[in-house]
Order: sequence, then structure tokens, then C-alpha cells
Amino acid sequence: MEDFFRINGTDLTVCVPAELDHYMAEKIKRGSDRLIENSNIRRIIFDFQKTCFMDSSGIGMIMGRYKNMCFMGGDVVAVNANERIRRILTLSGVYKVIDIYEGSY
Amino acid sequence: MEQTNEMRIEFDSRSCNESFARVAVAAFMTQLNPTLEEVADVKTALSEAVTNAIVHGYENRVEKITVHCAIRGQELILTVSDKGKGIADVEKAMEPLFTTKPDSERSGMGFAFMEAFMDEVQVRSAVGEGTAVTMKKKIGRPAGEYLD
Repeated sequence: MEDFFRINGTDLTVCVPAELDHYMAEKIKRGSDRLIENSNIRRIIFDFQKTCFMDSSGIGMIMGRYKNMCFMGGDVVAVNANERIRRILTLSGVYKVIDIYEGSY
Repeated sequence: MEQTNEMRIEFDSRSCNESFARVAVAAFMTQLNPTLEEVADVKTALSEAVTNAIVHGYENRVEKITVHCAIRGQELILTVSDKGKGIADVEKAMEPLFTTKPDSERSGMGFAFMEAFMDEVQVRSAVGEGTAVTMKKKIGRPAGEYLD
């Protein structure tokens, strides 16, 4: 479980698993909210390096973390997204509020 | 003669079964010789329908979800059914960004994704009886059909 998360200063990197569906979205939501409560996080980096599947539950989870970060004056970025994941991020409109970087951050 | 084939799976409405349902349907559709993108489209659409059944149909109670999958020629026909609470206003439910559960971080994009990734989406629903979502997609079109 903890393997999904890495904290570096005020950055929280979420290593998104191979499939980000309803089941995994709930896990990441709970885990990241607990870390944000206990540490001073100002940026969440979603790393899609290993990810080949995402549905709208993933979008809901990212938007939820984005709202939390906005509230705390931080931001959210996405890195290493393949073409499929980019398409989902674009189709959902999430790309308008989070920055998507080509390679790693 | 047109090629036909069918399968049906039933499973508990637990979110951990969603990946199982995706893999089962993906394996079944391989006989249509789909592209990787077509498989990904179907998996995403299926995932949306199954998530809806769990989150909205059964409101996280553990009951049964049925996925029926048929092949008619080059068309894949998927039906995801639940016996949950049903949808009062299907048209409203299908509007992008509309959700009855904004507090639990539902994006309201489920039906929009199904419509984006499949050729056709039909919803039959009765309040108190359940919902059946039928989705169709032509798979492995002859090369010429990809041309403009």
C-alpha cells in the first residue's frame, strides 16, 4: 500500500498502479489523504509510468486531490502519461486544471 | 454465414471484481482480432458500467452484477445489468458531469466515457427494479474503413 507514495520535501509523488479503476482510486484517495493530513504537502505528482488503464473513477480521485491542494494553496501535476492516459485526461477536461509534463518531472 | 458467440458472467458487486470483469471481456473479444486501442476502449466502457452498478445501482451493497457479451459478425454487444435502485431520469444521468454523488468524488463522466469509447449506448432502467446498459462496438474493421 505504502509503495504507491513517496514524499520528498513538500512534494508527494503518487506512483499510480497499472490499472487506476474504482478499486485503486479508493485506495489512493485514502492513502494520500492520510499523508496530506500528517505532513506539509504542497504538491501532488501523479506518476503514470506504470499505468496503462484509467477510467472516470481515476478522474474523480484526481479532481478530489486537486480540490484539496487548491484549498491548501498547493497544486497537482501529472507525469509520464502514455497516449491512452493523456486521452482520458484530455477527454475529461482535467488537463485544464493540472499540468501534464511530457517525461518525468 | 455470420459468426456468433456468447458468454455471461455473474459476480459480486465488489470493486475488486472490476479488473476481473475487464480481463474476462478482453479475453472473449480477442476472437474478433481487435487492435489494442479497441480492447482499451471496451475495457474502459465496461469499467464505467460496472462501477455505476456498484456505486449507484447497489450503493455499495454486495449483490450480483451480470455481464453478457455477444459477438454478431464484427460487432461486440455488451450488456451490464444490476437489480439495484434504478435510474429515475436516464437522460439527466447521461449528461456529462452530472452526478448524484459529488461528495464521494464521482466525476459524472461515466456515461460520457461509455459513449466516447463505444459506437452505441442504450440504457433500460426502472426505479426499484434495476438497470441494464447495452453497448455496441464494431471491432476489427476492414482496412478500407479506416480511410476518410
